[in-house]
Amino acid sequence: MTSIADQIAGPPVADAAALAKDDAVAAAAPAITLPVAGERELRLDLFRGLALWLIFIDHLPPSILTWFTIRNYGFSDATEIFIFISGYTAAFVYGRAMLQAGFVVATARILRRVWQIYVAHVFLFTIFLAEISYVATSFENPLYTEEMGIMDFLKQPDVTIVQALLLRFRPVNMDVLPLYIVLMLFLPLILWLMKWKADVTLALSAGLYALTWHYDLYLTAYPNGVWFFNPFAWQLLFVFGAWCAMGGARRMSRILSSPVTMWISIVYLVAALYVTLTWHVPQLGHMLPHRVEEWMYPIDKTDLDVLRFAHFLALALITARFLPKDWSGLKSPWLRPLILCGQHSLEIFCLGVFLAFAGHFVLAEVSGGAALHALVSICGILIMSGMAWLISWYKHSADKGASKTKGTGGNADMAGGGA
Amino acid sequence: MRSDFGARLGLMLLAGCLTAGSARAEDAPPNCEVPAYLLSSESSLPKVAEAVNSGKPLSILVVGSRSSSIASSEASAYPARLQAMLKEKLPSVPISLSVELQTAKTAEEAAATLVKLVEAKNPTLVIWQTGTVDAMRSIDPDDFRSALDQGVVALQNAGTDVVLINLQYSPRTETMISAPPYLDSMRVVAQQHDIPLFDRFAMMHHWNDSGDFDLFSTSHGTDLAKRVHDCLGRALATFVIDAAHLNPAQQN
Repeated sequence: MTSIADQIAGPPVADAAALAKDDAVAAAAPAITLPVAGERELRLDLFRGLALWLIFIDHLPPSILTWFTIRNYGFSDATEIFIFISGYTAAFVYGRAMLQAGFVVATARILRRVWQIYVAHVFLFTIFLAEISYVATSFENPLYTEEMGIMDFLKQPDVTIVQALLLRFRPVNMDVLPLYIVLMLFLPLILWLMKWKADVTLALSAGLYALTWHYDLYLTAYPNGVWFFNPFAWQLLFVFGAWCAMGGARRMSRILSSPVTMWISIVYLVAALYVTLTWHVPQLGHMLPHRVEEWMYPIDKTDLDVLRFAHFLALALITARFLPKDWSGLKSPWLRPLILCGQHSLEIFCLGVFLAFAGHFVLAEVSGGAALHALVSICGILIMSGMAWLISWYKHSADKGASKTKGTGGNADMAGGGA
Repeated sequence: MRSDFGARLGLMLLAGCLTAGSARAEDAPPNCEVPAYLLSSESSLPKVAEAVNSGKPLSILVVGSRSSSIASSEASAYPARLQAMLKEKLPSVPISLSVELQTAKTAEEAAATLVKLVEAKNPTLVIWQTGTVDAMRSIDPDDFRSALDQGVVALQNAGTDVVLINLQYSPRTETMISAPPYLDSMRVVAQQHDIPLFDRFAMMHHWNDSGDFDLFSTSHGTDLAKRVHDCLGRALATFVIDAAHLNPAQQN
């Protein structure tokens, strides 16, 4: 597994060290700060781990556990967390590589990572194909004659498989990795621009986002429709994460720590919570003025609606403010599984998608009630945690063997965070 | 505190698991109760109410895709069951019902035919079941919504009441067909035009969860389909009567 992670050896460059020191001085600043080399920003791992768990639960049929996922309490959901933190860590790891080893080497490393994600995606597609081929041949309930028509694509595997390799044919729940592949593919360009002028890069990204909405830019999918996560829009979150990692969060710290910002965020989160409640408790629906409804709906996930983006910002701000970097709970064994999952996110993400398929399958074969649903979710989370622990243990022992010849400056896991 | 909570949660889930297991063993009765909120709507059906209250015949047109039918036993599909239930509940009202199946047509394609259908059949109420084909073809939800919008406006301009019926809950194809964007769109359009939405998806989901029906079943027979459609027709009759603020007792 060490081969998957890029080794970032050697001491941090002076620039980064200075940044980190600045951050230590501005300890009151709630912004996510650049960790010193060798020291992990555990909050990032924690929340990415959480995002992975939530994505897994959201991919299963709804059960009791679904009520614990954040999409029921506001506009944004785990995908936003995942993409933002991915942008942040990717910029952090590969940005440093770019400073040390230069543009070409860093680009090569990023492309290797892209390849790994692509292979992982194709692997998951194969499993999906196996599952539905089975369902297509064994399941023939007259109640669902219409729905089973979806299997028709199995009749022309020549087209389907090629389209899947081109990332244009994506089954349900397999949309995140293609988005991630595209975003990572443009990471060298993003980092290169960021090195030149970070704020301009962010402005360009926001400009592309605005153009996407104005001109309705999208990528087509096969057999029809569009990419569920529009990369032209979602790049904003990824670039924003990268911008924060490259010192943007530090420069914004004054705004972030102001009580005005905090109260705006809290009011917005409460308002979003209220709106979300009206979805689940239809009786509340008439409490929402019609004009607000007309202005607000639809809240578009494909193009990362501004309301979703703002909701994520508010959530991140409040979290960073009330959960300090040195919070003792981050060392607690209870949060350990989450942090471990966050540290090996590509592996655990893929495992999560696979387990979601498997979970669907088990639920279909065993036909259990709500309790079995919950049980399947919990088992999945246990398996994900166990796997994360195993990978971590393996990496640790492998690193030990390798560290006799190497310095301890680099942390391989941090790059594993690239996913 | 936290560990205590975790332990308790675990126990609760375990207990839930055990009770669910025993309930299943006793074999759930084949009734299909529906939570009250799924059977009522804030929107109303003024044209239906007017027709019934003034003693005119009630003519209903069901426009739907294949999930509005059962192959080779149309009399057991939910439209026919709806008619039977309405006749039972409103014995003094002459009720005619026709079904227009539009197999493999998206909402946009179906919407284009609605005006002609209404002109030909002149119904009081159009029940429009849609969404499944769009979800299967992953039509852009925005396009789906505007097609729905156009269809509903056309029907309202033609002077009929409208009820929307959303997708079936189909657990076996859940990993292949993404229903939520289409369910959301239908809810939004219903809200915007103040028309009742018959939430077939939520109902079937409820029946599956409560053990009334095993929708995962691999059975090839039409028995399950017939029973589900019977329950759907029954619920739809109650829904229509409620939305039109009719009082079945009055009619007797």
